[in-house]
Amino acid sequence: MVSSSSFEASSTGGDTGLIVHAHDIHKSFGSLEVLKGVSLDVVRGEVVVLIGPSGSGKTTFLRCINHFEKPDSGAVHVNGHLIGSKLDRTGQRTEASARDVATQRAEIGFVFQHFNLFPNRTALENVMLGPIKVQKLSKEQARTLAMEQLEKVGLGNKADRYPAQLSGGQKQRVAIARSLAMNPALMLFDEPTSALDPEVIGEVLMVIRDLANEGMTMVIVSHEIGFAREVADRVAMFDDGQIVEIGTPQQLFDTPSQARTKSFLSKVL
Amino acid sequence: MLISTLQFDTSFFWHELFGPSNAFLGGLWRTVYISVIAQVLAVVIGLVVALARRSTLRIIRGVAGAYVWVLRGTPLLVQLVIVYDGLAATDIYRFQDVTVLGVTILASVQAAILTLALNESAYMSEIIRAGLAAVDVGQNEAALSVGMTPTQAMRYVVVPQAMRFVIPPLGNDFNAMMKSTSVLSVIGVPELFLITQEISSSTFHTFEIFMDAALYYLALTTIWAFIQTWLEARVDRSWGIERAQRSWWASIRERFQDPKTLGIGRRA
Repeated sequence: MVSSSSFEASSTGGDTGLIVHAHDIHKSFGSLEVLKGVSLDVVRGEVVVLIGPSGSGKTTFLRCINHFEKPDSGAVHVNGHLIGSKLDRTGQRTEASARDVATQRAEIGFVFQHFNLFPNRTALENVMLGPIKVQKLSKEQARTLAMEQLEKVGLGNKADRYPAQLSGGQKQRVAIARSLAMNPALMLFDEPTSALDPEVIGEVLMVIRDLANEGMTMVIVSHEIGFAREVADRVAMFDDGQIVEIGTPQQLFDTPSQARTKSFLSKVL
Repeated sequence: MLISTLQFDTSFFWHELFGPSNAFLGGLWRTVYISVIAQVLAVVIGLVVALARRSTLRIIRGVAGAYVWVLRGTPLLVQLVIVYDGLAATDIYRFQDVTVLGVTILASVQAAILTLALNESAYMSEIIRAGLAAVDVGQNEAALSVGMTPTQAMRYVVVPQAMRFVIPPLGNDFNAMMKSTSVLSVIGVPELFLITQEISSSTFHTFEIFMDAALYYLALTTIWAFIQTWLEARVDRSWGIERAQRSWWASIRERFQDPKTLGIGRRA
């Protein structure tokens, strides 16, 4: 089922610079085939924005990258690790245990459309929880680290607020800080501004833009075409479970080659 | 006076209400501690059963389901007699009085706590199962996304949040449990009901002493209502949800209002 590609062999030899290597991902929910063979490579420091109509498979693909969804076939490598799989003592590939998958996920940040902050914890505690429970940092170390991350997203002064006391834009920035605290090799964003009021979208996009400038590798599902044009190195157009076109923002937005890309852009621009 | 024609011994009534005998107080005390210990055990067992019912292993789900099915499907009274008298009659297990740190725990009290805890745990598991289901799936995913294992996500994220949904129905159940301790009298637990019966048969003041007992049960459930209100407000505060400032009297009065005017029965 899982193909051991040449990438796997080469990645053991040295750093190929590939952070995401997804190959021929298929995924069905019941009789509905959501992904029909999606492949995508993302190099270190690259920002790839996934666009396309609802139901085209963008989010499902994103969720396959950190194993929230298990692909029916195909392989996802992140930072050289074949996600959801491990080598046993005899060198055979076997399905990874829940603990192994958790270890793989720890280096992949995931930002949700609806933030999913822990409502019973303050902003600071939200950010501290992963470092304490997963990286086994002491409370003091985690607190220092969490404060740094909150400062970075401009919310150092809201550390003691509960999610219920924050605006949508502030919640999403805390959620980003929570992911960053794990020092991820890759950040995944699932429509990070779709649930936000228009006036606070800018503050979240600014944080993501700063991350891009720092060289964070990111895959972002977004409907913000203007933002994609500005921040993306490449844009991938999804339709009907496939990537129908991929290229620089200029290529894709200004001179799209596919009719489906043109018709989609004519509706959203 | 009308009361005297009913042969209501007013002075006996007031005397037992405000200066109850040691026997009466002992019965009251047993009712309280049996209820509290059984409830605490029921929450712990109920949590295990609720988690088992979400297991990916079919056999574990099946065993947990059967546990709830049997314990909820048979009367507490029957369970009590089986555990205390039935097991002893077949020589499977005979409860004995034990003394721990100078305190003697009666055989019947041990059987009562065990049976009440098991019986209540079946109900608690359903309440906790509903509480776990009420926590948004995004919470579990958020925990997994920072690298927690499914077990860690359950322990540190999902279960603590489920408790907020669990407290109101748990309070309801505990209220019922304190009153159902009266059936423990059938296996001879000297709790409030049995003691009241004994006082009744030795004094023939049946109406007076049972009115006293009723008022004491009412006092217990009322005190619990206070504690529950306090607990709910405390959990809300730990979520950063500040309830409107109300006097303690207003918060209690709210409990007695028409449920249709309260959140629980409200329809949009």
